[in-house]
Amino acid sequence: MSGLNINHVTKQFGTFTAVNDISLSVPDGTFVCLLGPSGCGKTTLMRMIAGLDLPTGGKIELGGSDITQVPTHKRDLGMVFQSLALFPHLTVGENIAYSLRIRGVAKDVQKSRVEELLGMIHLPGFADRSVNKLSGGQRQRVAIARALAISPKLFLLDEPLSALDAKLREAMQVELRQLQQRLGITTIVVTHDQREAMTMADTVVVMNKGEIRQAAAPVDIYRRPADSFVADFIGQTNLIPVEADSAGRAIVLGQTVEGISLPTGTSKGMLSVRPEDVQVTAPGNGAISATVTFIRDLGGAIETFVEAGGSQVIAVSSPRARPEVSVGQQVGIRLDPATSVVLAK
Amino acid sequence: MRREPPQRLADYGPLFFPAGMLIVFFVVPFATMIAVSFFQRQQGGFYTPAFVFDNYARFLTAFFGGVLGFSLFLAIAVAIACVAIGIPFTYLLSRSKRSVQIVWLVALLSVLSLSEVMIGFAWSTLFSRTAGITNLFVWMGLMTQAQALTPSFGAVMTAMTYQAFPYTVLVLYPALVRLDPTLTEAARTLGASPVKAFFTVVVPALRNTILATLIMVFIFALGSYLLPQLLGRPQHWTLSVLITDQAIYQSNMPFAAAMAVFLVLVSLALVGLSLYAGRQKEAK
Repeated sequence: MSGLNINHVTKQFGTFTAVNDISLSVPDGTFVCLLGPSGCGKTTLMRMIAGLDLPTGGKIELGGSDITQVPTHKRDLGMVFQSLALFPHLTVGENIAYSLRIRGVAKDVQKSRVEELLGMIHLPGFADRSVNKLSGGQRQRVAIARALAISPKLFLLDEPLSALDAKLREAMQVELRQLQQRLGITTIVVTHDQREAMTMADTVVVMNKGEIRQAAAPVDIYRRPADSFVADFIGQTNLIPVEADSAGRAIVLGQTVEGISLPTGTSKGMLSVRPEDVQVTAPGNGAISATVTFIRDLGGAIETFVEAGGSQVIAVSSPRARPEVSVGQQVGIRLDPATSVVLAK
Repeated sequence: MRREPPQRLADYGPLFFPAGMLIVFFVVPFATMIAVSFFQRQQGGFYTPAFVFDNYARFLTAFFGGVLGFSLFLAIAVAIACVAIGIPFTYLLSRSKRSVQIVWLVALLSVLSLSEVMIGFAWSTLFSRTAGITNLFVWMGLMTQAQALTPSFGAVMTAMTYQAFPYTVLVLYPALVRLDPTLTEAARTLGASPVKAFFTVVVPALRNTILATLIMVFIFALGSYLLPQLLGRPQHWTLSVLITDQAIYQSNMPFAAAMAVFLVLVSLALVGLSLYAGRQKEAK
């Protein structure tokens, strides 16, 4: 079995369990994002894959061989650190060539590889510059090129874009994804930015408190969250309590809603409805009655905050479909049953 | 933060005190010494103002040249030994737990409270035949007979390295603590073993700090005059020993002053040269 396999890996720091019995399989050539709030264990998991921390229990396999106890420098990987960790005493070219120099690669081969990588990161002719004189985005690219110099089996990035400003970050996300697809390299990125994960990943692994809550394609994570943590963490969502009546129909905020059913055997749950799937209409006629509490016009989208049955619900609509309502007005809201997900409470 | 150049005389206020101290305790005595070094020595211990080069001419002999050469060699050797031991030690110290660091730093600081005399006598006891460490080696079965390790060059080197070591660590420590620990981690992910990462990343990244430490220990060791006398043979005596001898026992102030001035000039030249070499390499 090729690719990266993580089997029941656990990491404890004293009495604190940073990573709790995680199993994950990353097929060759895929792009995986480890996503979660700070302290969820995603960085610890990546450091164990890199060999910078050793697991307390479990096994890590790369390309079919057990690497759990293999020291970092003998693992075939490239890593980009959050701080980038460019060597300040070396030039751009020397930084990129470091892994080749350590492996005793001939000088002229080093030189041509550096040229090739500089071309790949759109910085041709930068080999002799000092790394201290580069901009944030350029430093980022150099760190990526340095990690890829030996064409590693595994490419790891720990919060690689967090130091960049928002616009550059978005551009680099796209660039990084394109680079990964072109090279076909197995890539794992740690991030707390869900937009970043959605942009780049084949598989998003949502983690919380040392455990994997859901591992799936970005669209599935968004459309079919496994639990309320994932639903709340990925994008914006309305989490509304839902109950089943004696006939098994779903009652949401005091109103029977057709088309939503609770899992058999349960009578209570949480309904996750994305704001764009909430429609603000006239009251009555089967709509849930609500009161408008706040309207936020963001230009590109209108957010309507309503209060219904003691819960706050947010509806998002495009400026073209602007609901003709005002604060304090009695309205009705409709939820799209097709895109609403019932989660265990 | 914006820094404006000082506008008025009062803006230089904070500099007055250190500048005053420097003038009173360094510039004036040093100027006096330079003046004395050209004076004419009188038989009987005194000297009269004059402008003669006799004192400088006197140590352009093989003997004083040799002593000067040995002094510089000893100071350089001590500086290299201190830095060679100090860098790995401080690196490991900076990566260890806070409580461990505090214990080590307090221990090193307490060494600083020992005077040169105490250090000298302590080592001469440790290196003696009757009460020294060789007795321990005999007891452990490593040696058949206890022997005296002093006076010898090794004893002088050991004691001087011991004395300068706390300074070395204290100068290196802040730089090593500030060094981004992910630099070595990055080197390891790029295929360098921990030892290789240390020599290809930590040492070169600290090049300027290491150079500064070498210079500091070198100057510190150059001034040592008690340890070579306590632990070394006459051929291990440094120029500082001879200066003390001339100034105090031979009452030849002009000659002692001339030697001191010459020593200062030679060491300044060496420091300048190493700084220049360091800058050349950086510019490359």
